[in-house]
Amino acid sequence: MSPSLFRILALIQKEFLAVLKDPRSRFIIFLPPILQSMIFGYAASFDLNTVPYAVLNQSNSTASADLLSRLDGSGVFRRQADLERTKDISTWIDSSRAILVVRIDQDFERRLVAGGPATVEVIADGRNSNTAGTALGYLGSVVDGFNADWRSGHSQPGPPLRIVTRAWYNPNLDSRWSMIPSLVGTLTMMGTLMLTALSVAREREQGTFDQLLVTPFRPYEIMVGKAVPNMVIGLTQSTTILLIAQFWFHIPFVGSFVVLYAGLGLFLMAAVGLGLFVSSIAMTMQQAMLYAFLLVMPFALLSGLTTPISSMPEFLQSAMVINPLRYALDLTKRVYLEDAGFAQLLPDFLPLTIIGLVTLSGSAWLFSRRLA
Amino acid sequence: MTTSASSPALRLDGVSKSFRRETGESVLALDNISFSLDQGGLAALVGPDGAGKTTLIRLLTGLMKADRGVVSVLGIDPAKNPQAIQSRISYMPQRFGLYDDLTVRENLDLYADMHGVTADDKRTQYARLMEMTGLESFQKRLAGKLSGGMKQKLGLACTLVRSPELLLLDEPTVGVDPLSRRELWEIIRSLVKEGMTVLISSSFLDEAEACERVLVLDEGKKLAEGPPADVSSLALSRTYVLQPPDGMKPRDFQARLLADPDVVDAVPESGHVRLVSQAVSGRSGPAYFGGVLAQPTAARFEDGFMVLLQQTGGAKPNPSEEPQPEEALGGSRDDSMVEVHDLDRRFGKFVAVDHASFNVKRGEIFGLLGPNGAGKTTTFRMLCGLLPPSGGSLKVAGVDVRQASASARQHLGYVAQRFSLYGQLSVGENLAFFARAYGLRGKKKSERIAWALNQFKLEPFVRLPSAQLPGGFKQRLAMAASLLHRPEILFLDEPTSGADPFARREFWQRITVLAAGGVTVIVTTHFMAEAEYCDRAAILDNGKVLAQGTPAELRAHAPAEAGHIATMEDAFIAIVVDARSKEAAEHGERES
Repeated sequence: MSPSLFRILALIQKEFLAVLKDPRSRFIIFLPPILQSMIFGYAASFDLNTVPYAVLNQSNSTASADLLSRLDGSGVFRRQADLERTKDISTWIDSSRAILVVRIDQDFERRLVAGGPATVEVIADGRNSNTAGTALGYLGSVVDGFNADWRSGHSQPGPPLRIVTRAWYNPNLDSRWSMIPSLVGTLTMMGTLMLTALSVAREREQGTFDQLLVTPFRPYEIMVGKAVPNMVIGLTQSTTILLIAQFWFHIPFVGSFVVLYAGLGLFLMAAVGLGLFVSSIAMTMQQAMLYAFLLVMPFALLSGLTTPISSMPEFLQSAMVINPLRYALDLTKRVYLEDAGFAQLLPDFLPLTIIGLVTLSGSAWLFSRRLA
Repeated sequence: MTTSASSPALRLDGVSKSFRRETGESVLALDNISFSLDQGGLAALVGPDGAGKTTLIRLLTGLMKADRGVVSVLGIDPAKNPQAIQSRISYMPQRFGLYDDLTVRENLDLYADMHGVTADDKRTQYARLMEMTGLESFQKRLAGKLSGGMKQKLGLACTLVRSPELLLLDEPTVGVDPLSRRELWEIIRSLVKEGMTVLISSSFLDEAEACERVLVLDEGKKLAEGPPADVSSLALSRTYVLQPPDGMKPRDFQARLLADPDVVDAVPESGHVRLVSQAVSGRSGPAYFGGVLAQPTAARFEDGFMVLLQQTGGAKPNPSEEPQPEEALGGSRDDSMVEVHDLDRRFGKFVAVDHASFNVKRGEIFGLLGPNGAGKTTTFRMLCGLLPPSGGSLKVAGVDVRQASASARQHLGYVAQRFSLYGQLSVGENLAFFARAYGLRGKKKSERIAWALNQFKLEPFVRLPSAQLPGGFKQRLAMAASLLHRPEILFLDEPTSGADPFARREFWQRITVLAAGGVTVIVTTHFMAEAEYCDRAAILDNGKVLAQGTPAELRAHAPAEAGHIATMEDAFIAIVVDARSKEAAEHGERES
């Protein structure tokens, strides 16, 4: 074994010992991914399970009753009140007791029977545009169903256009199916980047870094010795979340583990590289923590996890080229749900490799420049 | 309140205080301590690090509560009424909170305003403090730019912005140069003369001698209490000075004498060896130790302290446990191991090391002496390749550390001032890691680790996380780790700071053995007396090498005084005073 490799192995072993012997760092490595994937798995969903709504039914006809019973029978809409006056609408919306108020005109049934368009007025609470939009979408599909049934029941011709949807890879369009695989990358990046940035800063603060630097270790050997254990820890975290996704949330994994772990390996190399880069600049643990946060927050929010990258302003889109998380989200989802292969994922693998190599060699260079 | 002149300013009766370590076990910081100090008195609290000095002072200020016993300060229980106490006493902690980015004057103003000193009082008080501390001409200087000694004086001035009835000083002289140390003591004495009561803690034993009363603590226990002469008298008629035999270094002679069971303590001093014997000298004629006639001399506080430590079960380095010399390293004693020429280091405008030059030969013990901020650690970091120099040349083991770093570092051993091994890892794991870091494997590795554990008596602690080692053993572990690969050069940064006298003797014994085996040792210290153990030493102040040479050559700088053998401290003061007056003269010439 070459002396260099021998030293690197010694450092890797020391890093593992240091992390695993300390009950606090053991806790920090394993508990948060489990807790967070459980919490986000249940809580962070774009699906609306209940839509509280109120009705101002001025028609009081069979048709209006049919429409309302369709709403109530949908399992999503929960009728909170039957209003008497128009001015009641604002009370219910303002107090957030109803997301939607449905107003049905007096001549609702008369117009329907006459074959003309009848109107149902819907007042939505626009203060929360996402929720309102989703609720309106649900309402639209209920109304579509009503329309189709009314026409066939009154021997009127069907609508000229009908959408037939087939959602691939996620047949029920369950947002959990895309959220939980995304957590693999997101939670792992937060953990490893922080851990790596702090591991060097801690050594600096405790004076052990100087002790390390007076031994024959070369800067790049310290880099590798610090990177490998943190990558392994990151892979352990990813695996934990993957297991939770499959065995707790029962989201079927259709892809190849080889492709997935190859991608995660590259992603962790990039995340650890960024962590080491931070620690080559930071002098104290406090600085390292601040810098790491400065990177992690925008990277997580602008990764495409919650809002699509394509809807961001141009300059941010080009800035996010250096965000390893966006590639990781893309590749985990695509392998997990779609069984994408190496060739399809090249646009993710390539940038991750570049980010990893640049940050790792950059921080090795920064470390050695500090010393000479 | 009734505080008549006869009632003591402070009184402790059976006070105990324990702490819980992070690891769970509890540590008794103070064990049943009783002590009292009269109004207007000056008392010293002495003992090594971890003796309980700071805990005792903090109990007096009301910052901590005693577990058991009675604490009374100016007739008040500080734990019950901390506000009442804190408005009548002043406390200067070990690290006084000066604001580096404020000027001397602004720092004073800040503390005066915090204590609500009126403008009138400020005027009279400032004039007095400025005169006392000699900071008058530095009022506009940033506190961060002051030397260590001046910082302590400013700290003292800040605690004195209002005249307290009781002044508590926690190690105000640690890391301060001997000259500033003397000046600080003059200030303290003048305060006592004005009627202030002062309690000062110190790990310098000679400072106890200047006080009326001392309380000697060790590991939370009271070893002695009373006038310092009581302690000194323990070594009465047992203290001698010996001239080493021809051609023998004082430190080698001292090591030989220490092995003698009749000897309580031996230290090299001014080219001789100072010795405390087990037996009181009788009328049976002159005493001989190591075959050399011993000249009786007056006992000092430290001599008595060593007797006291021994009586209470302190461990004198056991001769049978003496460090065993190893097979000598190769190479000639004439090899130059460290060559420093015109070495410079600046941080911005600040010059930390100013054109330093020195050479160290193989097997020499070379000391870098100076107060905090003199540039010792900066020089050290450059020698070890941890900091690039701004100018000059620097060769270690024949190579430029920066050019061939990895291979050059294989020959170095480095022990930092602060314990800097991995605290969570056990003693064994730390040794194993550093052995592998230096490329030791297989049988060689286990042999060297076994050697280190045995030499440094670390076997009982192999599985203990190193952070939990008792203070002295941490330092041993750090040394063990730095010696695993048999370095040719060993760098030791302030290895004896805060250690008890026994640990210091033992440390120097190891160093002596190492040097005899051909290891070149470079060591920094702010204990001037420790230069006596060195073959050669350099005196640093404000980044400049003011003088260098053998201990005898350095001592020759001190003015000759009849009936007094110059000490290293006298020499240091003479050299620094001389250098500063020269600089002032040059400065004057340039200005005119």
